[in-house]
Formats: sequence, C-alpha cells, structure tokens
Amino acid sequence: MKAEIKVFEVIVAVIVVIVLVMLGRKILAGRSIQDTINNAFERAQPAIALSFLIALFVCVIFSTTYFCPDFIAAPVSKNARDVVPLFHVTFIATSVAFFLTQFGVFYFAFRYRSARAKNAVHIKQNTKLEVAWTLTPTIVFIFLFLWGQVLWAKITEEPSGDVLVIDVIGQQFSWLAHYAGRDHRLGQNDFRLIDNVNTAGIDFSDPASKDDFIPVQMHVPKGKPVRLLIRSKDVIHSFYIPYLGVKMDAVPGMITTLSFTPTETTRDMQKKLKDNDFDFEVACAELCGRMHFAMKLIVVVDEPAEFETWYNQQPSWISTHNADDLLQ
Amino acid sequence: MTVQQDQSSPHDFQQHTEPEEHTSQSFLEKYIFSTDHKTIAKQYLYTGIFWAIVGSLLSLIIRIQLGFPDTDFSGLQSFLGTRVTNGRLDPDFYLSMVTMHGTIMIFFVLTGGFIGTLGNLLIPLQIGARDMASGFLNMLSYWIFLTSSVIMFYSFFVENGTSAAGWTAYPPLSVLVQASSGAGQGMTLWILSMMLFIISSTMTSINFVVTIVNLRTKGMSLRRLPMTIWAFLFTAILSLLSFPVLMSAFLLLFFDKSMGTSFYLSDIFIAGSPLPNKGGSPIVYQHLFWFLGHPEVYIAIFPAFGIVSEVISTNARKPIFGYPAMVASIFAIMVLSFTVWAHHMFMSGMNPFLGSVFSLTSFIIAVPSSVKVFNWIMTLWQGKIHLTTSMLFAIGMVSLFITGGLTGLFVANTAIDMMVHDTYFVVAHFHLVMGSAAFFGFLCGVYYWFPKMFGRMMNTTLGYIHFWLTIVGVYLVFFPMHFLGLSGLPRRYYSFTTFDTFNIYPDLNTFISIAAILTFSAQLIFLYNFFHSIFYGKPATQNPWRSTTLEWTTPVQMIDGNWPGDVPVVYRWPYDYSVPDAAEDFIPQNIEHNANNDDH
Repeated sequence: MKAEIKVFEVIVAVIVVIVLVMLGRKILAGRSIQDTINNAFERAQPAIALSFLIALFVCVIFSTTYFCPDFIAAPVSKNARDVVPLFHVTFIATSVAFFLTQFGVFYFAFRYRSARAKNAVHIKQNTKLEVAWTLTPTIVFIFLFLWGQVLWAKITEEPSGDVLVIDVIGQQFSWLAHYAGRDHRLGQNDFRLIDNVNTAGIDFSDPASKDDFIPVQMHVPKGKPVRLLIRSKDVIHSFYIPYLGVKMDAVPGMITTLSFTPTETTRDMQKKLKDNDFDFEVACAELCGRMHFAMKLIVVVDEPAEFETWYNQQPSWISTHNADDLLQ
Repeated sequence: MTVQQDQSSPHDFQQHTEPEEHTSQSFLEKYIFSTDHKTIAKQYLYTGIFWAIVGSLLSLIIRIQLGFPDTDFSGLQSFLGTRVTNGRLDPDFYLSMVTMHGTIMIFFVLTGGFIGTLGNLLIPLQIGARDMASGFLNMLSYWIFLTSSVIMFYSFFVENGTSAAGWTAYPPLSVLVQASSGAGQGMTLWILSMMLFIISSTMTSINFVVTIVNLRTKGMSLRRLPMTIWAFLFTAILSLLSFPVLMSAFLLLFFDKSMGTSFYLSDIFIAGSPLPNKGGSPIVYQHLFWFLGHPEVYIAIFPAFGIVSEVISTNARKPIFGYPAMVASIFAIMVLSFTVWAHHMFMSGMNPFLGSVFSLTSFIIAVPSSVKVFNWIMTLWQGKIHLTTSMLFAIGMVSLFITGGLTGLFVANTAIDMMVHDTYFVVAHFHLVMGSAAFFGFLCGVYYWFPKMFGRMMNTTLGYIHFWLTIVGVYLVFFPMHFLGLSGLPRRYYSFTTFDTFNIYPDLNTFISIAAILTFSAQLIFLYNFFHSIFYGKPATQNPWRSTTLEWTTPVQMIDGNWPGDVPVVYRWPYDYSVPDAAEDFIPQNIEHNANNDDH
C-alpha cells in the first residue's frame, strides 16, 4: 500500500514540475500565464463540445431506458390505453429529431472548428432544402395531430348504455363522491345548501336524493363506463387519477365531465405490481392552496359483481345523519 | 448589381446632426435619471441580475424542500419567523416561493431585464440612431419597472406573506383570503406591481417599434436589418398587442378581490358560508390570462432567437442561413402565438372541440420553430467556427431549445396532454424551451456585447468554465423532470410523500436538487467575472469579434450620440461573412460596394 501511494505521489510531483516548467518557459517567452491558460482553454473547446455531445447521448439513452418501466405510459383505462401507441410514435419521432439535431449542433461545432477549417463557405440559402425541411415536420405534425384527435374524440365522447354516473365534488382539501343510490338517479344539488353537515349540498327535498350516498372510498366497477360530473365548492381543483391516465379540472360555478372505463381491478394491479398495498389514488392537479399536495381520495376498482354487492350495501346518506341538522 | 433600396431613408436629417454636447451633466443626470439608451440598458442589466439572483435563490428553497424533505429549517426561524414551524417550511410559504420564482423569472428577468438591457443597447446602435425615439419615455419605463419590482419585493414582507396562487394567479384561489393566506395584502401588491410592469413594458415596446420604424440610418432598409433588430421589433409588437389584455384581466381580478364584483366568481362556498357572487367564471380569467401568457413565452424567447442568429453567424464566419426564412419564421410565430393560448386549458373544462382547434394551431407553430433550428444548424455547417464564450452560449441555447421544444409535441396533443398536463413533464418542457433557452440567449448577449457596454473584455477561461458547468447543470436539473412527470408527479406539490403513487423517486428529486445547487453556484463564477471585468478586464478593441454590424463602428468608450461624426451610411446587409474574393472574411455594413462584391 505504502509503495503505491509513493508511486502516486511521485507521478503527481513529476506532472506538477512539468507543468511549472512549461508555464515558466511561456512566461520567459514573454506571455502572461493568463493568456496561456486562456489559449489552452480556447483550443480545448471543440474537443469538449464533442465530449459533451457523446456524454449527452449516453446519459439520455441510459436514463431513459432506466426509467422507462416506471412511465405511466401504460394507464389501465380503455381510452387512455389507446393513447399509448400515439405516445410511442411521438416518442420515436422526437427521439430521431433530438439525436439528429443535437448531433448537428455539437458535431459541426467540433468539425468546423476554426483551427481546422479553411474558409467558411458563403452560402445564403437553398430554397429546395428549406422547403423540404418545412414540409417534413408539417406532415409529421399533422399526422400526429389527426391521430391525437381521433383519440381525443373518443376520450371526450359521452359514453352510452349502462353508465355509472357519479357526482364528484372538490373542496379544500378533499374529494367527495356522491352516488345515486339504488334508484340510479342523482339527487339535485345547490351550493347554497352546503353547510358543515350537508357538505355536498344535496337537495333532500328532491325524492331522488333520499337513497344517495357518499362513501369514504370511491368504488367503480371494472369494464363499465364511469361518467363523472365534477364540480367544485371553493377554488379550482383538478381530478387526477395517474394510473388511469385521466384528468379534469373542477371549476366553481360549472360542471365538467370526465369519462373512463377501468380495465384492471385494484386486486389485478396488486398482483401485477407485486404490491399488496397498491391503491388507485385521486390527486389534485391544479394548485388549490395550502394542502394541495395532500388532497387524496382512494378509488377501488372492483369486479362488477363485487361492485354491485358493495353498491347495494351502502346506507343512504340521510339515514346516517340527523335530519334536523339540515338547512331545510 | 449595386441597386440601393431605400435611398431616401425617412430620416436623412439624423445623418448630419452632430451629437449633442452634454459636458455639464450632473452625476444624477448622467447615471441615475439618464435618458441615454446605453445607461438605461445598464440599469436594466443590473436590475435584471439582481432579480435573477433573487429568483434563483427562491428556486433553491423549493429544491431543498423537494430534495431534502427532512431538512431542519429551524436555523432560518429568526429570518422567516412563523413561516417555519418545528423546523418545517410552511406549505403556504413554499407556494409563495413557487409563485414568486415564476413571476420574477418570467416578468422581471426574462421580459424586463433581458429585453430592457439588450433591446435598449442594440436597437439604436445597430440601426444607426443617436438614441431611442424618446429618451424620456425610455427613462420613465425603466423607473416604472424599478418601482414595480420594488413593490413586488415589498410584498414578501407584508402580513400573511406574498401571493401563493402561482404566477398564473387563477381565481378564486388568488382573490379569496379564505382560500389562500397570500390572497390578502400580498396579492394586492402583486396585482399593483404587475400593472406597473405592464405600463413599463408597453412604454418600452412603443419606443422600440417607433425607433426601429423611423430612426434607421440611410441605407438601412428592412432587408438589411440584423436579426436582433427583427427579433426586437416582433417582440415589441407582440407585447403591445398582448399585454393590454393581461392588464384588463388583472383589473377585473382586482375588482373581484377588493370591490366585490363577480367577473370570475360564482357559486362558491368557503370557510363555512356561501359567497354572494353569481354568474362569473374562472375560465374567463384563464382565457384572458393565457392570451398574454402564451405570447409571453415568445416575448421571452424572440430576443434570444435574434441574438443567437447574430452570434452564430459572426462566430461561424458565415451568413445566417436563410435570412428571409429566419425573418418570416419569427413573423409566423408572432402571428400564430395569438392563436394557441388555450392549449394551456385542455383540461380546464372548456369545450373539447376548442381543444382540437388549439391543438392544431399549437402543432403548426412548431413548424417555424423547427425551421429556425434547421437554419441555425445549417449556418454552422462548413463554417469556420470560433468557439468563443458567446458562441458556446448560442449553441447551448439551440441545444436547449431543441430538447425543450420537442416535448412540446407531446403536450400539444390533447390526448397525450391529458396524462402529462400539470405534471413535472410540463415543468421540464417550459424550463428548457423558454426558461433556460432564453437565459442562455441573455448570457450569450451579455458575453458578446460586454465589450460594447463596458469597453473591456470578460475573462474567457472563467467564461468557458461557467458555460460548461451551466449547460451540464441545466440538463441534469431539467432532463430527469421528464421522468418524474411521465410517472405522474404533479407540479406545485409541497411534498410527494402523501401519495404512494408519487413516492417512487425520492432519490431523483434529491439528485435534481443537488444539481440545482451546483448550477446556481456556477453562476457565481459569472457574477465574479462580470463585476471583476467591468473594472479590471482587458481593454477591448473596437471590433473584437470582427463583426459586420454598426454597433462596432462606434468608439470603444461609448459617447453620447454614439458616433462622434456623422452616423454611418449602410450599403449592405449584415451578414457579409467570408465573401469570396474579399480581402477579409467580413465586410461591415457601412463599407461601400465595389465591382467585386455581391448584390446585397
């Protein structure tokens, strides 16, 4: 060990002496140290630019492949799942453009460095080339746009048939999910009816509201379209389920809608991810104040039969609260 | 062919007017309330640097909170008071930091500081004018800008702190004190400061447009304008047309906040009682805000486009490739930028069909942006490239603009945007494409025109070290944010531990924070170099970069009126680099043609 250190020290000492001698010679030759350093740095720039290009490519490729498995590019709901191929194609197109253009920028900076290049070529423009590189991206972009709009139309389309409609309310700092109950008709609501008890502002003079319920956790069935009518009591929130790839703002004074069809149950996901504690979580994606980062609701995706059982077991909201507390 | 367009420039009179003599100027007139565009440019530069430091320090607080959630902040207790409890940052304080970082960087650094500095410096010098069209208006706009920034700074110290509603200040969060603690005095000052800022920016823009249109020297036809001037012209037009809309948005916001109107408020139940407001809509605010908000990102990046074109052409010793296409593409971006604003609102609950329309325009605006990138690369091709510090920042800007711009193709597409909207993917996108790229353009301009401003050179070694640390740092900070965003992490979160979904990359957040601290430290090298070189830098020569444009025909030590004698007459376009058979590899704009030269 000791010998190794000595060898190392000797090498360092030799290098230092050589550098000092070289610098000294430069100074004797009438040049300041600063100029010498500046020149050395200047001469090194093209090589550094090339090394940077290589390092950039290596890091980008390595980190992207490393983090790829965790991308939520594989959402488990019907329409969002169809977006994945579009995502991949966009990813490939942008990757090609990224590598070509970054290569151009840094490699040309290296290749045509002043120390090596003869004279610059006096070219002003080349119409054919310019038309080509205007049209190529245009065609690619329009293709991506059209594909995206086909999917977007499906995503925003109102689902038909057997649809589960849920009234979702955003408030500082939690989500409420208001279900229609056994009559499958949602009761009316009004923000003026909201108080500390009737937090969702349900109008209990409406007969349809008598069997409505607000569970602690939101449940939805697998494979059946769910349509959310989203509103907000106070500020703008955004209803966001990362694993389902869906998001929609909750805006006070209006109702926004969001439809999705889950394709995996919570239990499927727990098996797939080998994590028994996995849950679908609703987060808020629009800044809504102090506890924005903690506005969570658990969504349980059940098998349809399980969901029916759960749905029919839920006691109505009115039966679990004292009617005297209500505004009316 | 030596056809001279625009022989009768509208302002022949300027040509022969002698610069005014100001021998009896007092200190106050010369350095403080100066109407000289060069002094005002420096004032903007110092103010911009101050705000850039403040803005970056705020981002460091954000990064420390996200990267090291267990940090004990009690050491800062004496300074921050109740904003730290039990060694933890208050979430409202964190959101204030997010808000002010965005506001300061976008408005006070990249808009006010950047455009104020290089626009004021370059417009008269490059078009051959003695000063801006109205020196007084120019001075006034700086002082209003400074007042606005002082008010913004003051808002940190009022009761309940400054605004915590994001730089977008969406109502109802921004106007209801029950919803957010910063919505009290802090928000009032925020709105006041922004209004003054808009007034200042409008004055600057009017001055820019009038100067560029009217005060060009003889022979400086539009086809001979340097790219920087084109960029500043379009920036000014863009701000003139979009900032007033923001003014109206803020005016209505102020009414809602302080006078009980309901432009943006409706059906709100908060803090135990319903509010009387009825009929307004927060979506209206979003439309008004983004009608400026999107052009704003181009207001920040256009000057960088111009500067980078100029610097790349000069240092590659080649004409800028496709000059007409470069001008046309900025023009196209300017026009299109008024038609893309609602792509920030795909998930806001507006009509999905409207989303499709804005998605299309957003894709189309990417075409002129790609054209610009290809032209820059083509300018490098077969050049004779001098990698000076300013040149490195120029190619760094192109690199960041590419990286950030490409992710725009994900967010412009409504279907993909549904997943990545309001996540760190978007944070990565705009920090690269308009934040860092515009910053690089700014730094590129400072390195390049430092000799013009101060008559001295900056140290090149420190410049090189600064550049490489910064570009590596910026990539290390913002590139991993794409991965955070694609795995779902939302923006503006105080902590990611509440959700299992988001708690997957704590290490990556720590990594980003360390990179951010290092990147910030690298800027100290620049600050040292900048201030040291002002006093001790190597004296500059008249045309250190061997450039063709008019600013390098002025004396090294700048004087009032810019040129001691007549203003030079322009005979050629600004990119006569490496003209075949010419004696040197550049021919300045004020050199007359002879039989050997080309037709520009």
